[in-house]
Amino acid sequence: MPFVGGSNVSMSEPVTSNKPAESILYLEGVSVSFDGFKALNSLNLIIRRGEMRAIIGPNGAGKTTMMDIVTGKTRPDTGRVLFGEDTNLTHLDEAEIANLGIGRKFQKPTVFESLTVFENLYLSLKSDRKMRANLFAHLRSEQRARIESYLETVRLIERRDDLAGDLSHGQKQWLEIGMLLAQEPELMLLDEPVAGMSDAETEQTAILLEEISRDHSLVVVEHDMEFVRNLDCVVSVLHEGRVIAEGTMDVVQADPRVIEVYLGR
Amino acid sequence: MGPISRRLFALESRSGWTAIAILLVTGLFIVPALNLMVPEGSFFHISTFWVATLGKYLCFAILALALDLIWGYAGILSLGHGAFFGLGGYVMGMYMMLQIGDRSVYGNPDLPDFMVFLNWDSLPWYWWGFDQFWFASLMVVVVPGILAFVFGWLAFRSRITGVYFSIISQAMVFAIMLAFFRNETGFGGNNGLTDFKDILGFNLSQGSTKVGLYVVTVIVLLLVYMVCRAVVSSKLGRLLIAVRDAESRVRFLGYSVTNAKLFVFTLSAVLAGIAGALYVPQVGIINPGEFTPAKSIEMAIWVAVGGRGTLFGAIVGAFTVNGARTYLTGVAPEIWLFFLGGLFILVTLVMPQGLVGVYRSIRSGDLKDAIRRRIQRVDV
Repeated sequence: MPFVGGSNVSMSEPVTSNKPAESILYLEGVSVSFDGFKALNSLNLIIRRGEMRAIIGPNGAGKTTMMDIVTGKTRPDTGRVLFGEDTNLTHLDEAEIANLGIGRKFQKPTVFESLTVFENLYLSLKSDRKMRANLFAHLRSEQRARIESYLETVRLIERRDDLAGDLSHGQKQWLEIGMLLAQEPELMLLDEPVAGMSDAETEQTAILLEEISRDHSLVVVEHDMEFVRNLDCVVSVLHEGRVIAEGTMDVVQADPRVIEVYLGR
Repeated sequence: MGPISRRLFALESRSGWTAIAILLVTGLFIVPALNLMVPEGSFFHISTFWVATLGKYLCFAILALALDLIWGYAGILSLGHGAFFGLGGYVMGMYMMLQIGDRSVYGNPDLPDFMVFLNWDSLPWYWWGFDQFWFASLMVVVVPGILAFVFGWLAFRSRITGVYFSIISQAMVFAIMLAFFRNETGFGGNNGLTDFKDILGFNLSQGSTKVGLYVVTVIVLLLVYMVCRAVVSSKLGRLLIAVRDAESRVRFLGYSVTNAKLFVFTLSAVLAGIAGALYVPQVGIINPGEFTPAKSIEMAIWVAVGGRGTLFGAIVGAFTVNGARTYLTGVAPEIWLFFLGGLFILVTLVMPQGLVGVYRSIRSGDLKDAIRRRIQRVDV
């Protein structure tokens, strides 16, 4: 496997079938094709527990497909996807995977527009997901307090009773991140969290993610290079469905393959 | 107040409870009193015909509530709800059919006339037990419930949504119609079930029985409304709106969208079945005509006219459209269908929140605000 660069020792080692014990997400030899197009081509990726990882790559590199595979939206043709110690994700559906502790933010902000900001978080709050429990559930004061703390975190406390549909684009992105937090996942996958944000919002989001990464494992897919640099974490570069480089931003930017991919042939 | 009554009380606003109280007093006491106690010549007398007609509208209102629950909240547009309504009606019809006994034309004490006519010598197994009211009442709930559960499970598990779901629900009711048109199916074929004599020993041709059925329907409508209100006010109700807004987001939050839809769709079918069971004794007949796809489409028009996702609007819509039908088919029957079609186009284009939306925007004096309310546009 072409693992290039890497100031981080553990990252520079090639992936073997022996999964490191501390990994929270482990993808090995994952391939999937759509109508003959290989979206992922024997992808290997290891995310360690507590790590923040950025994933970059040109359009069509397989970034979103990778998230689809991890969250159960798409089934891989081949390969292993393990969560935590030994939970195989490839046979579970979206809801089961979410309940294991994997949260996902979509590329396009997806919130419940005709519910209030508060209600969006209420539904997201970790709880019994069974229908009967939801029919008879009522909001406890402890839950209310938790929702309010998430509202503080994502800076939406003033908008709590507004419909989510009335939020600005950036605020919807934050609300969705708040919803992820409320799920209390161990691993969060964020697909382009700053797409369509103003510079100020982007900066605030970077701070927010840093806060979040203190007690979550995070995978961030992003196009915005400046934003990724600010995250100051290990970067994996995807191209044609596989990782072509991994390391700090400086290292991967110096990588000749990466330059070739980004600057064209 | 105890915790349960407090939660019950919190289901409606003060004005909501006032409206319910006024309508309930009117429906339960004033209308029957004007029928039974005011002499027939009086200006204030309400004829038994009108009481029965109101009873019919009440059944449609229950049906509209059932449809609003899935369409207005969960975004599931069923164009086949006539199936559940009709099945509930047939079940009650079967009970009343077996009450006729030897008072039928052929005078066979065990078999309904149409079976005698078909030269059948015994009741088919699926008619067993329907001479018992309790069994029939149970089946009113069970039969539509099971159909909805199986149909819904297949559809929702395969993630059939939006217009595709509408189309297959329409296909379902059409298939049921074809089956019920056949004499061999054993439900009276073309003619359906009719010539009922009594229900629980009460003579159906008597005015007091009609008023009684009407009163029962008022009470059931209230109960159904409260059940629907409780569901949409619960966390599950929020979840249904969430499913309507962004189904995949709900999945990634860890909820089973299939189960949420299955629950509300089955509940809705059960309520529609109850509506049908109350309807048939009041109109005296049930035939496969109830399963015509056009009838199921019309139900969606009632809800759209009244206002989706409000519950109250469904009741308003059912009364408005059916009232207009009664009036128009009396004075100018040939324009009724044009009127209905025109009404649907008008509502879709001009007042997407229906009559309730118009009322709210007039009251608040702010159209924009009304549009922003919870009764938001439902994307089909």
